[in-house]
Amino acid sequence: MIKIENLHASIDGKEILKGLNLEVKAGEIHAIMGPNGAGKSTLASVLAGREDYEVTAGSIDFDGTDLLELSTEDRAREGLFLAFQYPVEIPGVSNINFLRTALNEIREYKGQAQISAKEFMAMVREKSAIVELDSKLASRAVNEGFSGGEKKRNEIFQMAMLEPKLAVLDETDSGLDIDALRIVANGVNTLKSDQNATIVITHYQRLLDYIIPDFVHVLYDGRIVMTGTKELALELEEKGYDWIKESIDA
Amino acid sequence: MAGYTESELAKDLENQEYKFGFVTDIESDTVPIGLNEDIIRLISEKKEEPEWLLEYRLKAFSIWKEMTEPEWAHVHYQKPDFQAIAYYSAPKQTKKYESWDDVDPEMKETMKKLGISMEEQQRLTGVAVDFVMDSVSVATSFKEKLGELGVIFCSFSDAVQNHPELVRKYMGSVVPMTDNFYAALNAAVFTDGSFCYIPKGVRCPMELSTYFRINAGGTGQFERTLVVADEGSYVSYLEGCTAPQRDENQLHAAVVELIAMDHAEIKYSTVQNWYPGDKEGKGGIFNFVTKRGMCDSHAKISWTQVETGSAVTWKYPSCILKGDYSIGEFYSVAVTNNYQQADTGTKMIHLGKHTKSTIISKGISAGKSQNSYRGLVQINKGAHHARNFSQCDSLLMTDECGAHTFPYIECKNPTAKIEHEATTSKIGEDQLFYCMQRGISEEKAISLIVNGYCKEVLNQLPMEFAVEAQKLLAISLEGSVG
Repeated sequence: MIKIENLHASIDGKEILKGLNLEVKAGEIHAIMGPNGAGKSTLASVLAGREDYEVTAGSIDFDGTDLLELSTEDRAREGLFLAFQYPVEIPGVSNINFLRTALNEIREYKGQAQISAKEFMAMVREKSAIVELDSKLASRAVNEGFSGGEKKRNEIFQMAMLEPKLAVLDETDSGLDIDALRIVANGVNTLKSDQNATIVITHYQRLLDYIIPDFVHVLYDGRIVMTGTKELALELEEKGYDWIKESIDA
Repeated sequence: MAGYTESELAKDLENQEYKFGFVTDIESDTVPIGLNEDIIRLISEKKEEPEWLLEYRLKAFSIWKEMTEPEWAHVHYQKPDFQAIAYYSAPKQTKKYESWDDVDPEMKETMKKLGISMEEQQRLTGVAVDFVMDSVSVATSFKEKLGELGVIFCSFSDAVQNHPELVRKYMGSVVPMTDNFYAALNAAVFTDGSFCYIPKGVRCPMELSTYFRINAGGTGQFERTLVVADEGSYVSYLEGCTAPQRDENQLHAAVVELIAMDHAEIKYSTVQNWYPGDKEGKGGIFNFVTKRGMCDSHAKISWTQVETGSAVTWKYPSCILKGDYSIGEFYSVAVTNNYQQADTGTKMIHLGKHTKSTIISKGISAGKSQNSYRGLVQINKGAHHARNFSQCDSLLMTDECGAHTFPYIECKNPTAKIEHEATTSKIGEDQLFYCMQRGISEEKAISLIVNGYCKEVLNQLPMEFAVEAQKLLAISLEGSVG
């Protein structure tokens, strides 16, 4: 699905990613954990194509395509989805209008016909149920006046609507209470198939009780320094990151 | 990488061309340039006007001569040479059209380019169009149906000929010739425009629409519009403008007067897209308009405007809330780009008790343009329990443009309630990135965000006009992206 090799990226001349390697195959869920400032959100931004970041070396192969050659919108159209840590509000633009525009742009890119209004509304009903999103929220302006939990559920709702190949969840668990966490996790699990893959970026092990990862990676100082299974997450939860820092820095 | 920065956006915005810049090749009947009493007599004679109207014009001219151009607006421009303008230009034709089929095919083509083909309008939208091309109305539709209800909707010249008593009674009653420099000039030299009268208790069943278009080079256009809504009546009136590309500045000084009698309601919507000048700021229309409405008791006037064109705009659609419980509303989107300058807003004059006014103004500045909101809320002594709510938002697209807000509040009655909110924001990189991460192109993303920002105003427009307005916003802001 995606193969990241020796990725170096910097912002304002400061190098954040320093030779990151990661491969995710279809059907897999990978968790990326790590201390503050390790480069977790930078990785998400670089994958999505945020232009503040400069990729200075390395390559990203996305299902046979050179991801770094693609514009932000074409990466999305190719099936890369980023669930934002801080979803943005767009006043006056309804969720419905926003999603229909997005969906049709993706369809046009793939040479498919526009979705009919009827088909679209049926899809909205079906997908909003996955994250128990009130249908009223679907017709409200994008994220405007949404609670923290509603915003995160809305991200997963959008992911359900756009059916990406690879979803990157950037700290989706931050600011969620336990009920919202379960709903969001349940949504992600429901959408999982052997055709798609998920990268879960998180600080805490908590989310991984609900979304069971196939692999857990520790990101530290711009590199993946350790890879394991879900037990590694539990170990991190218990011991913190210091022992890893010490072993790397030593 | 096709990432899209604000500076790239700014560059794209500068490069866009005016899409409606074409000239219709029709022989025009133009009077000699310059302004003096003889020219005014000539105009009046050509239009076969009654004596009282000629006297009205001459009086206005003598008042105008004593006035000076106002300089308080936040705009800078080369003042027009009023002696270098031709004050009358009519498409040359010997006889009026009997039917739509008789209309000059080339003129039809012009309308087609404007996207308002009469056939289509008639069939699909139920809009009656009084098309004004260089001062003379060439086609009017739906006249019969309106006639049955007693609604009069015709060119101003026709009204002078056929309904002189109404014209004489109401013309200048809301905007007197002494009002300001441009209003006086208009009163002296106005050529044509529209007239509308809705009888007592009649709800006009269709949107009334007039498309103005400045066509002959060097011809200033001085339109005059008068809408009279008799007691308990309702009318929705649409005005839209486009003009061909020009190198020299063209002056436009229109006067619009609305009269809403007891319990009447007038909705007046404008989409304005006159040639704004090229990206160096050369050329473009000067738009100095006086628009004002008078409300009797329980009457309501709503002004809605989407302004994207003109090099210089000076325009303050206003409401005089004379009657008790009358309501005035102003909804505005003003877009400026390149070197465009707009100084626009409204005046709400509260005279009656329990009068209410709402002002929603959305300014969007791009390029090196200057966009000002200037509004006056005046609560007079007798206006007990008057209320006003004003909201003025500005959206900046670049670092080189400017947005200014000049709200004036004069309150002489302690029972009044006045609220004013204002915000200034820059189009967000985060918003654009969010949209683009969902697969939406930058062009569409800007359009979405801007339309969302203007939604409260666009929602006030009749459906078919709202679509046109969104297209105009798209043309004005992101038409050339990519």
